[in-house]
Amino acid sequence: MAFLTDYISNIYRGVRSLLKGMKLTGYYFTHRREIITQQYPDNKAEMKLPDRFRGEVVMTHDEHNEHACTGCTACELACPNGTIKIITKFDVTPEGKKKKALDTFIYHLELCTMCNLCVQACPTDAIKMAQNFEHSVYDRSQLTKKLNNPDSKIREGVE
Amino acid sequence: MLSFENITASIHTWLYASFPHAALLLESLIVGLCVISLFAVLGLVLVLMERKVSAYMQIRLGPNRVGPGGSLQTVADTLKLAMKEGLTPDGADKFLFNLAPFMVIVVAMLVLAPVAFAKGTQIWDLNIGVLYISAVSSLSVIGILMAGWASNNKYSLLGAMRSGAQIVSYELSAGLSVISIVVLTGSLRISDIVASQQDGWWLFKGHIPAIISFVIFIIAVTAETNRAPFDLAEAESELTAGFHTEYSGMRFALFFLAEYVNIFIVCAIAATLYMGGWMPLHIGPWTGFNHLMDYIPSSLWFMGKTFFLIFVIMWFRWTFPRLRIDQLLDLEWKYLLPISLFNLLLMTLIAIKGWHF
Repeated sequence: MAFLTDYISNIYRGVRSLLKGMKLTGYYFTHRREIITQQYPDNKAEMKLPDRFRGEVVMTHDEHNEHACTGCTACELACPNGTIKIITKFDVTPEGKKKKALDTFIYHLELCTMCNLCVQACPTDAIKMAQNFEHSVYDRSQLTKKLNNPDSKIREGVE
Repeated sequence: MLSFENITASIHTWLYASFPHAALLLESLIVGLCVISLFAVLGLVLVLMERKVSAYMQIRLGPNRVGPGGSLQTVADTLKLAMKEGLTPDGADKFLFNLAPFMVIVVAMLVLAPVAFAKGTQIWDLNIGVLYISAVSSLSVIGILMAGWASNNKYSLLGAMRSGAQIVSYELSAGLSVISIVVLTGSLRISDIVASQQDGWWLFKGHIPAIISFVIFIIAVTAETNRAPFDLAEAESELTAGFHTEYSGMRFALFFLAEYVNIFIVCAIAATLYMGGWMPLHIGPWTGFNHLMDYIPSSLWFMGKTFFLIFVIMWFRWTFPRLRIDQLLDLEWKYLLPISLFNLLLMTLIAIKGWHF
């Protein structure tokens, strides 16, 4: 008798779980609003990317053309495949002391895997991930970018 | 009133009046052409339908670039396949390799013969229609085994073997479900089966046993046509494409076409047996309602029911995960077969006692 109840409850549970799955796909079939496909080249204007989408590394500059990079090279050390190269220089402070500062932030987009480790490593939040993904160019050398703007300098008070 | 019955009857009388000697031959030719064009149209429509249904079920859009709303996508695909080179592998058995796709498609054509498409529109109303269908449809496994063996490829052979095991087992419960309707009708002739549903479809008239046998029939034919969740024969993730791994170009297209035509045929048969074929929805004594339903042409009823069942089978495919081979055989031998045997017993009791409506 126990065999028979097991048998019937097996069938019942099997059918119920199958119907549950069919209910979900049936819901998606009848609700076109759920469709997540973006018709990319057509909807460039109103395209909405997810918040966590990572397209490239950029350095944030404020309105005075100042960034927050101290040239500490933490990002360069964190990068697993040598995407970032930082060239530092020595600024002379008004007191006459020499201080290490950023000269050029070189970013090899062609090597970058968008792993976000550099952004996590940065102690001053100088760099972040942007959402731009249309990176194709005709020459590979154009993918090597300089992230700090010309004549930019470090923001006051950032150590 | 314009209907298929009148059109075929007028063509028949005109042919016999004009060419009394060649009329039969000409009629066969016309029927052959109709079947081939039906195949082509079915292939295009069903593949597009499958891609759209699967897309909507997976929250996608599906093909939407070729033609309005992607409606010409399958035409473009067919043209591509027609222009491709049909390769034959070096170690293949050339004769069997080239024969197999035609075998499969010819079987699909043969099964189409007794299907009633509309009132009075049937290629061959033979008196053992249902038996003929179940006998011929099991021949398609020969084509599949032939393709798998002749390809000289382990994936193909494994796929064909699985397909053989699957079709041999599921034929049983499909046959038993068909018999339960034959028990109610008392005839194997398709036109008699349709006529017996004049006052209601067997699905509603035959109480719960009819519903159970309908469900078992749908499950069994899904397995017989090698569709997911029973697509072990061509399981993409395990066997690349199963028995048609080595096929390309038009011969691959024939296998593909045969798969979809087989789905159409089994759904047409399910619609004929359980949902009255071309018979409009009639409810016993409600003459007013029945008369209203008769205004919808019988061909539309048939196509509507068939495409609804095809949709259900596509719904299965895009919802359920694939079964393992042991689970597949468990399902048949431990669940479907005992249940359908018991169900047949119940159905016979109902038929003898006349408990159905």
